[in-house]
Amino acid sequence: MAQKKKNLSDYEIARQRRDLLVRASITLLALILLSVYLMPLIYGVVTSLKTKAQTSDPAAPLFPSVAVSFDYEDDTYDVLQVPTESGIQEWALVKKGRRASQFIDPNNPAAGLIEWEGNWRALATVYEPSIQWDNYPQAWNTIDFARLLFNTLVYAIVTMVGTVTASAFTAYGFARFNFPFKNVLFMMLIGTIVLPPAVTLVPTYAFFVNVLGWGGTWLPLIVPAMFGNAYNVFLLRQYFLTIPREMEEAAEIDGAGKLRTFVSVILPQAVPALTAVSLFHFFFAWNDFFGPLIYLAGNRDANPITVGLTEFNGLYSTETQLILAAAIISMILPLTIFFLAQRVFIQGIVITGVDK
Amino acid sequence: MDMFSELSTARGQGSRSLRAAFRLVGAERAEAKWGLAFISPWLIGFALFYFVPMVVSLGFSAFDFTLSAPEEARFVGLQNWTRMLFEDPKTWETLFVTFKFAIISLPIGMISAFLLAVLLNSQHLIGKNVLRTLFYAPTMVPLIAAILIWSRVMNPHTGWLNQMIEIVGIPAVGMDGLRWLDDPNLIYLAYTFIGLWGIGNAILINLASLQGVPTELYEAASIDGAGWLRQLWSVTVPMVTPVIFYNLILSVVGLLQYFMVPFVLNLGTGYPEGTTNFYMVYFYKQAFSFQNMGYGATLAWFMFVIGLAITIFLFATGRYWVYYAGESR
Repeated sequence: MAQKKKNLSDYEIARQRRDLLVRASITLLALILLSVYLMPLIYGVVTSLKTKAQTSDPAAPLFPSVAVSFDYEDDTYDVLQVPTESGIQEWALVKKGRRASQFIDPNNPAAGLIEWEGNWRALATVYEPSIQWDNYPQAWNTIDFARLLFNTLVYAIVTMVGTVTASAFTAYGFARFNFPFKNVLFMMLIGTIVLPPAVTLVPTYAFFVNVLGWGGTWLPLIVPAMFGNAYNVFLLRQYFLTIPREMEEAAEIDGAGKLRTFVSVILPQAVPALTAVSLFHFFFAWNDFFGPLIYLAGNRDANPITVGLTEFNGLYSTETQLILAAAIISMILPLTIFFLAQRVFIQGIVITGVDK
Repeated sequence: MDMFSELSTARGQGSRSLRAAFRLVGAERAEAKWGLAFISPWLIGFALFYFVPMVVSLGFSAFDFTLSAPEEARFVGLQNWTRMLFEDPKTWETLFVTFKFAIISLPIGMISAFLLAVLLNSQHLIGKNVLRTLFYAPTMVPLIAAILIWSRVMNPHTGWLNQMIEIVGIPAVGMDGLRWLDDPNLIYLAYTFIGLWGIGNAILINLASLQGVPTELYEAASIDGAGWLRQLWSVTVPMVTPVIFYNLILSVVGLLQYFMVPFVLNLGTGYPEGTTNFYMVYFYKQAFSFQNMGYGATLAWFMFVIGLAITIFLFATGRYWVYYAGESR
């Protein structure tokens, strides 16, 4: 009997061990994949804190560092790793020569110049860790980031308010009322999601730019956004459908009209969905590229972040550290908002894409 | 119901005939009025910014004119269309580029999203919520920032991607190494990598769908002796086909309009060797760089026709491979 019990517990322990092993290996797999997936992000942050010289030196260390130098007789010299009979020495290169060069030992300058035979170009530079925080203000000022940010924020917020309001009304109409051709209209609404915007773009562009003279302004992008958007309508309609009708009926018995009921009963109930839709639009606007590119052409003062960074990348393509710093700056706000509101946001994506 | 399955079920239920529509009485009429009033913002926007421009766009395609001299517009009938289809080699070249990229990037993106969702759904995973958030985070990185970072991380000499590959033991660094953005054979893979930072939504939707698969199905399969892989293929995959279908349609529509990555990286020059002359880039050049309004509208309409054809094809074949639970098909 006792023997049997022991066997059982052995079995238990083996099972638990195996369980633990499975958990550990699956979690490890996830962590490895995650680090590969996020590697460019880490690269971006690290490289944005390097000097320009370091970003283009394949032999430089991974961590932000600067080349060590040594001041000798009113001049500054680079410190290199010099192989000698007594091991590798860190000496400052004073006089460059083709076959032999003269070095000075920073620890013992009094000893004077040391002659070394060999090609100094083959020697590695000595680095010490040094973080270039200064790249960030420099990138910010070089591209006038404040202006890009202001333009992007105004566009995102104005159109967010407009499109969410229009979408909410439309969604309520589809969720609660019967009217002729409702299904046809709803199918047309969903159809606009798969419609390539290009097919409407040419006449719209001609009209806004040539007829109304709105070229170089944000108006061609703001005005159409004021009429709602199919994604938002769909998501809000799904949400409204889950709100029990009794709430509206009670309000109507109290004498509230349709509009009043919608504003004071339905909208407060739908705050999570409204938040999700607002965030969707905000991120969309933050990323909007094609529209600003064609409509703002020629008016650099009105550029949003996307177009501004594209131009910056073209002009300063060798300033890797500044470009990466600017890229990091541009993602701070969206990432912060996402981490603060992820629950609502994720729910919204799931509602549009999956059976509910 | 997701957006697209809604479409296939909307037909038939409660749609009124034209005659009945005008026979509404009393309360029904009031309701219809309110309904139309509520949807009027979208309805007006639809008319102004979708319906009218689409029709006008088709009209534009029968003219030859530039925006700088609209008074010189010349009616050319179907000439723009015949030029586009039979005389302009760029049309098919750029369409071919777009499809070639789609064939590489679409499966990689969709399979990665599905497999990551399976991993993140695993009951054995420790720290699920944190991992899910972190896997989603790159999707929140603005595309412009993603492009700038990836273009540097793929630098053949100093980028970490090649250095990482080198650690695994494959020579990658340097002039003779993997020149992701300069090598016509690697360019689509490189662009696909950039796109992998945007699969967060697909992961989430897959994940939600996986959570909806009834556990009885797995129990039944495991009693029948199905292993993990068999269960994945025979239970999980069929159950998430609606989500795969949804992601497929949105991806196809998105890929037809693929523009920003090639434009930011090489300003539409097609570098290397014309491999990045995507259809949308060509449309941009014709319509907005050269301001050929008539020809641009023709190219845009052709894109619409192709997109519509693919969508109809997918919906038509969908009934054979998309499984909607609770629906008899």
